[in-house]
Amino acid sequence: MSFDINFIGILIGAVMASSVPLILAACGELITERSGVLNLGVEGMMIIGAISGFALMVVTDNLFLAVIGSMLSGLIISIIFALLTQSLLTNHVATGLALTIFGIGMSAMIGKNFVGIPGKEFPLLFVDLKESVPFLGPIFFGHSIILYFAFLLPFLTNYFLKNTKLGLIVRAVGDSPTSASNQGINVLLVRYSCILYGGAMCGLAGAYLSLIYTPQWIENMTGGRGWIALALVVFATWSPIKVLIGALIFGGITILQLHMQAVGLRIPVQLLSALPYIMTIIVLVVISRDSRKIKLNTPTSLGQIFYKEK
Amino acid sequence: MEALLIKVEKRNDVSPSIYFLTPILAIFLTLIGGAIIFYVLGFNPIEALKFFFVTPISDLYGLSELLVKATPLCLIAIGLSFCFKSNNWNIGAEGQLIFGGIVGGGVALLFYGHDGFYVLPIIILSGAIGGMIFALIPAILKTYFNTNEILVSLMLVYVAKLLLDYLVVGPWSNPEGFNFPETRQFSESARMPILFDGLRIHAGIFITLATVFLSWLILYKTYLGFQIKVSGLSLKTAKYAGYKGKTMIIIVFIISGACAGLAGVGEITGPIGQLHRNISPDYGFTAIIVAFLGRLNPVGIIFASLVVALTYLGAETAQIFLQVPKYTGQVFQGMILFFLLGSDYLLFFKIKFLGLRKNEL
Repeated sequence: MSFDINFIGILIGAVMASSVPLILAACGELITERSGVLNLGVEGMMIIGAISGFALMVVTDNLFLAVIGSMLSGLIISIIFALLTQSLLTNHVATGLALTIFGIGMSAMIGKNFVGIPGKEFPLLFVDLKESVPFLGPIFFGHSIILYFAFLLPFLTNYFLKNTKLGLIVRAVGDSPTSASNQGINVLLVRYSCILYGGAMCGLAGAYLSLIYTPQWIENMTGGRGWIALALVVFATWSPIKVLIGALIFGGITILQLHMQAVGLRIPVQLLSALPYIMTIIVLVVISRDSRKIKLNTPTSLGQIFYKEK
Repeated sequence: MEALLIKVEKRNDVSPSIYFLTPILAIFLTLIGGAIIFYVLGFNPIEALKFFFVTPISDLYGLSELLVKATPLCLIAIGLSFCFKSNNWNIGAEGQLIFGGIVGGGVALLFYGHDGFYVLPIIILSGAIGGMIFALIPAILKTYFNTNEILVSLMLVYVAKLLLDYLVVGPWSNPEGFNFPETRQFSESARMPILFDGLRIHAGIFITLATVFLSWLILYKTYLGFQIKVSGLSLKTAKYAGYKGKTMIIIVFIISGACAGLAGVGEITGPIGQLHRNISPDYGFTAIIVAFLGRLNPVGIIFASLVVALTYLGAETAQIFLQVPKYTGQVFQGMILFFLLGSDYLLFFKIKFLGLRKNEL
């Protein structure tokens, strides 16, 4: 195999594309978790976003509506989670699992009539630059607008959390809802907003899969990416910039698998696929044994039920 | 203007009748929710529900299938109830099931062609040990490194799935199997005895029933069970009483891992008879719903496992008669848990209707 520099550029472009759904979902979940809510329903919200985006694309023939609709449907289904965990004080873990199970089932039911329909071509930006600039072309150009948004999102999220008043409020609610509440912050409102935002981002992540990455509807097509996104948030110790790095590593492993088979290296692909999960466990162990490290960014009240006596 | 005045008050104690009635309420609400969804999708809701919940169990074969599916669900949920009662969130039972299946299946392949009464017990035991070992990973990491058991046990599910995939594609694949991703069919001596000719119900059900009885003994008649319950209710009290928290975490994970491993080995030596990629239709995750629906109570879990097993069967029947996807069962499973968790609100809060009051505008 020749070492074509352009080929490496194309590979890097492919890695970026495969990390987009992870970045979107993980950044959404990161905001939710920073407000103290652990939503294990990422996979369910993503798959609902994937089918709604695709179904809207087929029905309306309008990609813009499809993308907006996928975000809305992710948001709508996350309302169930918000209502249960915040207003009816249910356990976050169990409710999130129910959301994932329900989402996978619901998406298959809605998607029954959309199996086998070919997708529509999603407009890509700067296609001519991709062809004409060697190496850098395939990395920076010829992507969909959602990819550019996804790569901007970790920086926006970081800025939001660190440099804005609203970001401070979100972190305060996540670290100590009781103190935040005593300061006059409406904890429920903040947490509802963060859950709904997370839902919308997961919906968008799903739409990226069904509209751009593999433009069609297949049952269960998210294939565990929601769980990887969840792992990614912990892997990144709740820091948005590290989410970006982690997503690229995880996305890189996906692409590596495809190409290793082509090259004929004798490492089992399953071992490579298992690496992200094993690495997440190792990172978890490393950050958890040092209590100072984990306290730095971990929302202290993560997964705890908040109830205010009226 | 009239306004309905509602006051929400915190209850001081949980009423036991409501505690066991809310699961029935949740099932009822799920049926209504299901009818609405079927109606929206253009089906006759009554007919669809009948295909889902009545047709599958209207003959002997259907009833046997119900028990075949309830057997692993009940077993895993019983194990999980130990974890959940003591506030340990093991949600990786699916991984422990698969790993138990891998170890048990490996031993079964080792004994390929052997006859003897000892073969099956050894396989079953090794499956339980496999599940146990896999559950020990999150338990040890939690006790010694303070690692979150939810995430670790969940990540391990995927590791187990990929390991199984590697084994059935690679080293363990059937030498005469034309490269299909599956192992040899196990020998007759490695299979669970079938209870009735022509039906698939197998001896694994006795393992499940024995486990239910044992766990009832442990939970309600031993000091260990008392300790588990106390630490679930209040960790502070448990510490004050001097219970060894770390040992307890290890014990509950071992119990639930062994149960999940047993379920896995029961599946591969029972209805499946070999290892392949999909040895479990997410029983490990669905069992979490069973555990909650059964209120973490051994008898409750038996009934809950039958209800949830019916959603699996119903989805298969509905797939044939209504051409809906097999994932439809998950819609019902998700709804049951939603409604159950939601109705728990009634346990802890009293809703008082203070009557109508005229508001002056």
